Amino acid sequence: MTPALAELSGLLPSLLGPDAVITDPVRLRTYECDGLTYHRATPAIVVLPETAEQVAAVVTECVRTGTPFVARGSGTGLSGGALPRTDGVLIVTSRMRRVLSVDAGNRRAVVEPGVTNLAITEAARPYGYYYAPDPSSQQICSIGGNVAENSGGAHCLKYGFTVNHVLAVELVTPDGEIVWLDTMDPGYDLLGAFIGSEGTLGIATKIVVRLTRAPEVVTTLLAAFPDVESGGVAVSAIIAAGIVPAAIEMMDALAIEAAEAAVRCDYPAGAGAVLIVELDGPGAEVAGQFARVEAICRDSGAFELRVADDPDRRAAIWKGRRSAFAAVGRISPAYLVQDGVVPRTALPAVLAGIEELSARYGVRVANVFHAGDGNLHPLVLFDDREEGAGERAEQVSAEILDLCLAHGGSITGEHGVGVDKSRYMPKMFTAEDLDTMQLVRCAFDPRGLSNPGKIFPTPRLCGEAPGVRKGPHPLVASGEVDLF
Amino acid sequence: MDPELIRDCVHCGFCLPACPTYALWGEEMDSPRGRIHLMKQHVEGTALTPEMAGHFDACLGCMACVPACPSGVRYDRLIEQTRAEVERSHPRSPADRAFRAAVFSMFPYPRRLRAMRLPLRLGRRLGPRLQPLLERLDPRLAALVALAPPAPRRVRLPGRVAARGRRRATVGVLTGCVQGEFFPGVNAATVRVLALEGCDVVIPPAQGCCGALSVHSGRPQEAARFARRTIETFERAGVDTVVVNAAGCGSSTKEYADLLSGDPAWAGRARALRFADLAEYLAELGPAAERRPLPITVAYHDACHLAHAQGVRAQPRTLLAGIPGLRLREIPEGAMCCGSAGTYNLFQPVAARELGDRKAAQVLTVAADLLVSANPGCTMQIASAARRRGERIAVAHTAEVLDASLRGLPPSALLAPGRSTP
Repeated sequence: MTPALAELSGLLPSLLGPDAVITDPVRLRTYECDGLTYHRATPAIVVLPETAEQVAAVVTECVRTGTPFVARGSGTGLSGGALPRTDGVLIVTSRMRRVLSVDAGNRRAVVEPGVTNLAITEAARPYGYYYAPDPSSQQICSIGGNVAENSGGAHCLKYGFTVNHVLAVELVTPDGEIVWLDTMDPGYDLLGAFIGSEGTLGIATKIVVRLTRAPEVVTTLLAAFPDVESGGVAVSAIIAAGIVPAAIEMMDALAIEAAEAAVRCDYPAGAGAVLIVELDGPGAEVAGQFARVEAICRDSGAFELRVADDPDRRAAIWKGRRSAFAAVGRISPAYLVQDGVVPRTALPAVLAGIEELSARYGVRVANVFHAGDGNLHPLVLFDDREEGAGERAEQVSAEILDLCLAHGGSITGEHGVGVDKSRYMPKMFTAEDLDTMQLVRCAFDPRGLSNPGKIFPTPRLCGEAPGVRKGPHPLVASGEVDLF
Repeated sequence: MDPELIRDCVHCGFCLPACPTYALWGEEMDSPRGRIHLMKQHVEGTALTPEMAGHFDACLGCMACVPACPSGVRYDRLIEQTRAEVERSHPRSPADRAFRAAVFSMFPYPRRLRAMRLPLRLGRRLGPRLQPLLERLDPRLAALVALAPPAPRRVRLPGRVAARGRRRATVGVLTGCVQGEFFPGVNAATVRVLALEGCDVVIPPAQGCCGALSVHSGRPQEAARFARRTIETFERAGVDTVVVNAAGCGSSTKEYADLLSGDPAWAGRARALRFADLAEYLAELGPAAERRPLPITVAYHDACHLAHAQGVRAQPRTLLAGIPGLRLREIPEGAMCCGSAGTYNLFQPVAARELGDRKAAQVLTVAADLLVSANPGCTMQIASAARRRGERIAVAHTAEVLDASLRGLPPSALLAPGRSTP
């Protein structure tokens, strides 16, 4: 242990109380990874603060001793965004879980970062409201983590991502200062920059979220198709008809098999793909759209349609989809979750490409995706005890992203870059692009202590270990920008 | 600890919101996912440290995480194996050992429990004065006295009760240790309800403990001994179905075949005998006897070993709702353990009390006349937490509510403050 860490482990208990600081090696190891277990690092110290002031005190001490720090919520992230630093402090917000206020009149709620996504909806439900973004892990993922990753979910097709539902954030800056960022602030949209910054620009300590009126009617359709291609045709046709469903989700045969094994969701037998289409809004509108969606599905080759307009049957349909990732554990010892985006129209081509990759490498790939916005979640299955299987799966996973990029897509739709995808960033951005992003980061975190090693492939600038290029940033050298 | 079972966990975290200790402390190592990680560390070679053992001991064994897991992790088996490992290789302090020895040499033995009734009655009377002293001495002793049930008059059940009306089935009834000694009214009600519903009921007199306490506390050999005896007892009684009215006993008797899997002959005998929860059995049988009105509001509490371990949630609700005039209410945060959890409130009194307080607060929001559950441990725990808040909750077992309706008793039979059953 470095002298700085030794000093912190002596000092932090006096700031937070002895129960809020973990230094026992066995306990520390339980924090070594988040939902992506492929990357592991045991933190030097874990703290469990209960207030913004405590978070600020920890950050201040980290800054003083030059110790890196990483924020973590429920530890369900899928890009290793909360991967700890072995030489740093892990700041866990799981004890900051109070819903501070629900203001139905102004359609907003103020919550602490450790509150789960679903707990906000539960708090708002008695007033006829809910919190719209709904990651599949909504029962446990924390809103602080949602803000850090700009999380999405099945219903983001119609309602937008976290960034569209956060009105203000109180955060502890990487300097240890407590500040508020608000959508109503004139000038630069700093709140927009902060949401999705993956913990590199500070730690959210209070979040003001927008509440959405619960729709008058919700109707869910489960359509079974012989194959993913015909399902894909239906998706494009629905959107082309000018209908914006609350969600359009697709699962292929392998994903259905996993979900059946896990939760016995009882999807139609023999389906090569199922489509879940949810429509919500005023009754008349939903009824009109529903008839058209039904017709489009049949025209595209759906052989069985099931309709749910009561909460129980709707929950039964969603159960299979929501549990799909973890359910894959039933049919494979290990898997990688990929998160890529392609234009909707490219879906059939990309899916065919994934199938070809799967055959070429002899690696099974299950597909679960937010079809409506072209956000793919291929699950690459492998047996981690088999020599070289992990590497092969990694290769397939990487080539799937190449495929997405080749079709004009992106390397992540909602899981974030984290540590897992930082190496793909240069495939999407030029070195100059990445350096410019670093300038934004330096404005917030000149010492590079807030979640270092995430998002960017090679740490550069602002005191971080020099990478490929040494010396001043090219934009700084050319006098186009100033470094703070 | 079976490494294969540990490998099933994909670290998704879906179990966290179901876990009572995670709800209390918000720490990874006091969540199912964290505890599985600790098990993994141990099977990979890390010695079982006192810290590790502490986190395993802190698990209630409520099994809420099992149905919550999309990957199908058998946490129930894992924690059982882990507790046995803790008992084998974790040296406990002398005070710890003495307290555990006392509990395990008393609870599973009906006759010894019976002998405890007089001292307990005295303890109850002296309780309020003794409490501060005991609290200082050892909070576990204080919990033991505070949780001690009233020691009611013994009810002797006949060995056989004939069905009323047309006979539809013949069943055995497990009378249990704590249930039989401290809540004899529940067993009597169970037998009456079964008989009124057309069952010949066989109640073997020399029943012992079913082994639930042992299997849930890392004492598999002792549990297997109790299991073999229980199987033998009911084989001799000539029944193939045994009705169980305590949730913890129900879940452990259903797992006899697993417990005895090392011995194929015994595992086979275990499989030949069917154990069923009372509500589960009655729902299958279908109502025959006339239900008379019982105009009360009931809050139904899911006992963990009934709801999570046996998946029996709908049946007791259906039975209760089938009573004319009875209004059934759901308790908010209903899937969360009340902290009773077998011997948990004796070994981990502080956490148990916090969970009890949390549960009592939720139960009180429902404003029901009566709290009903299929486990006397739960209702005792919640009633005593309510007393700490200066409130009184009338409690009853599902069997007693049905019994009152079938016999046409007035609500006061269940709500009277001096009632000797839980």
